[in-house]
Amino acid sequence: MDLIGTDLTEKSLKLHLEGLPGVDAVGLEQRAASLGTRSIKTTSKAWALDTIIRLIDLTTLEGADTPGKVRSLVAKAITPDPLDPSTPRVAAVCVYGDMVPAAVDALGDSWSNGKDDGINIAAVATAFPSGRASLRVKLADTADAVTNGADEIDMVIDRGAFLAGHYGLVFDQIVAVKDACRRADGTYAHLKVILETGELNTYDNVRKASWLAILAGGDFIKTSTGKVAPAATLPVTLLMLEVVRDWYRLTGGASGGQRIGVKPAGGIRSSKDAIKYLVTVAETVGEEWLTPHLFRFGASSLLNDVLLQRQKLSTGRYSGPDYVTMD
Amino acid sequence: MTEVSTSSARFLDYAPAPESTSILHLKKSYGLFIDGAFVKGHGTPFQTISPATENTIAEIANANAKDVDTAVVAARRAYDKTWSKLSGADRGKYLFRIARLVQERARELAVAETLDNGKPIKESRDVDVPLVAAWFFYYAGWADKLDYAGLGPRPHALGVAAQVIPWNFPLLMLAWKIAPALAAGNTVVIKPAETTPLSALIFAEILQQAELPGGVVNIITGAGDTGQALVNHPDVNKVAFTGSTGVGRAIAKSVAGTGKRVTLELGGKAANIVFDDAPIDQAIEGIVNGIFFNQGHVCCAGSRLLVQESIHEDVVDRLKSRLSTLRLGDPLDKNTDIGAINSREQLDRIRELSDIGEKEGVERWTAPCVIPDKGFWFAPTIFDKVSPSSTIAREEIFGPVLSVLTFRTPAEAIAKANNTPYGLSAGIWSDKGSKILAVADQLRAGVIWANTFNRFDPASPFGGYKESGYGREGGRHGLAAYLESAGWNAPVSGANK
Repeated sequence: MDLIGTDLTEKSLKLHLEGLPGVDAVGLEQRAASLGTRSIKTTSKAWALDTIIRLIDLTTLEGADTPGKVRSLVAKAITPDPLDPSTPRVAAVCVYGDMVPAAVDALGDSWSNGKDDGINIAAVATAFPSGRASLRVKLADTADAVTNGADEIDMVIDRGAFLAGHYGLVFDQIVAVKDACRRADGTYAHLKVILETGELNTYDNVRKASWLAILAGGDFIKTSTGKVAPAATLPVTLLMLEVVRDWYRLTGGASGGQRIGVKPAGGIRSSKDAIKYLVTVAETVGEEWLTPHLFRFGASSLLNDVLLQRQKLSTGRYSGPDYVTMD
Repeated sequence: MTEVSTSSARFLDYAPAPESTSILHLKKSYGLFIDGAFVKGHGTPFQTISPATENTIAEIANANAKDVDTAVVAARRAYDKTWSKLSGADRGKYLFRIARLVQERARELAVAETLDNGKPIKESRDVDVPLVAAWFFYYAGWADKLDYAGLGPRPHALGVAAQVIPWNFPLLMLAWKIAPALAAGNTVVIKPAETTPLSALIFAEILQQAELPGGVVNIITGAGDTGQALVNHPDVNKVAFTGSTGVGRAIAKSVAGTGKRVTLELGGKAANIVFDDAPIDQAIEGIVNGIFFNQGHVCCAGSRLLVQESIHEDVVDRLKSRLSTLRLGDPLDKNTDIGAINSREQLDRIRELSDIGEKEGVERWTAPCVIPDKGFWFAPTIFDKVSPSSTIAREEIFGPVLSVLTFRTPAEAIAKANNTPYGLSAGIWSDKGSKILAVADQLRAGVIWANTFNRFDPASPFGGYKESGYGREGGRHGLAAYLESAGWNAPVSGANK
């Protein structure tokens, strides 16, 4: 890896990550709060609401998930608002690995299956959400989901190893999982690396873990599993976007710079909150990041709030929760 | 390093989100607020305009020497008959009432301030007006505790305070002046700046609503000669001025030998020092906030960026792309970051100094933004690789213009930071606490911010060294400017009740 000028060993990673500039928590939170005061109205709001839907990974990650539940989630993903056919589709459905066949089945022709149009299937893997399993199990978990048709793998990092300072171990595991994302035809499922920022606790750690995940080959960095509080927050997402921006510039910027995606997940429930994230993306890395290839919301209840707001914009009045469908 | 955003902006051209002015109930013309009522002035009235559109907002009375005298007489009478006889707790009640009314009418005050001054509504709404309320709440709490303020036994008021305030934070500067003066038991004659009288006149309505006894606060409008007549009035006990060093010097001369107490809060040319171990993204925000907040119309603005040579290029690159996201335009739009320059006169001054910078051969960079056809505007500007001897590194520009200088060692940073006739504020950016404390200890500036900039709190004293003035405003120290101790051996009777 040219960028840090040496082999990525445990030692060199440590040197690099510990040499990153610090994060001032007060300043970061102030900046996020000030981005949150942008006032997005009329045409901008209409565009924002449609964009949010296009960026959603509609998610169900429960022990109680069944093929039936996955089918209704998929139906919602394909037709978010049956009353308004102009409503865009979501980016992906996100399920546990064993539910991938059910999702493939339910999506039918709407499944992207490697094409650019259509809905992707994202599977959580690597002993989600805790990540407490041997590497062998994590790799098997990943390969299984990919074989079954997952277009995207949402893996978790080993937070224990990270907090103990074993950056090399975390790095090697991401590299190995990336390898397990390889399909028979030589293409790769997209890899999202979940940092679980709620367990990393400090912003300095979030910055280090973001770098680690990108250096190891992650296509996306994702805040949270949704199983740990706090899940996604605006300051954490801003910080991860800053890392992504710096990486893009370091790797060449407009002339071929590498674009890494960001996915805040968990806790984003209202359109108002989601719009703050869009503003933060646009003003930090640029609005070309607002595509499903580079930004996603991991969410479930957010979609219905966006649909209500959409209906309000078109009819001029608010309806109630019974005017949008359950998934 | 390259620009991140290359595609055609769509979402970032946020649709207009203007704050409505319908909340304002402005009069066509305003009189002078003397003895609790609006009265006619005897000078030639003047217009106050919106610097964003150059449209007239209202006609404003002009106080001549006779009006100034009427106001001072009213203030003296109110001091003798009413205000000096009230207990501290009762004075506090009035101040609490004013604070609550400011909060109640916050949106109206913010809109008026933005309309008259040109500052973005997000600043008047989120910074100016909340701080105004905070200042009154803070000093309301002090009114009945003066004996315990550490200012000597039984401190008492000075009498009538003459206060002259600037146009950059019209209502906030009014609060900085009036709140401690009233808490300490003084009465006030205050003159807002001629380009920004509007919020002070709405504040006068609030004083009526609060049923503050007539004459305790008198608000007279006018230009420099009105201010001069006020500070030179023989029956004034205290002069408080915020504004330029030139005027401050003239005031100090004119009151010398009169026995009037004086506090002056004047210009600045603050150094914002960024070390190579700074939290870089937050430092960028701090630099932006330091000099582009309120269009740089801030006496404590971080107008000299001192950046460690090893990170100079990176910081300037990051700064340029950050400045490219700033939105200049209609101050009433909730998404506007950079509003209008307050007056044509000030715009000319900023242009003149910037042109000198260019002539002296300094590299000039201007943020890309569309300048509206009408009104007074100046795009955010950076002068890079400025030498300490450049005019733009010495003179206060009072506009959205940043001079970037470099240093190699902490000792050099300190020397360069202190190498100015001013000494109002400074900023230090480093993740290393011990370095921050060691550097702060050697900076000659009244206010030093660490890993932040332009943060204000009523509990924190504010004021300068050297040509930035003398005296402190804010905090317990701010009371000292309006109090006199009876002395350790004075008799108990007759002091402040």
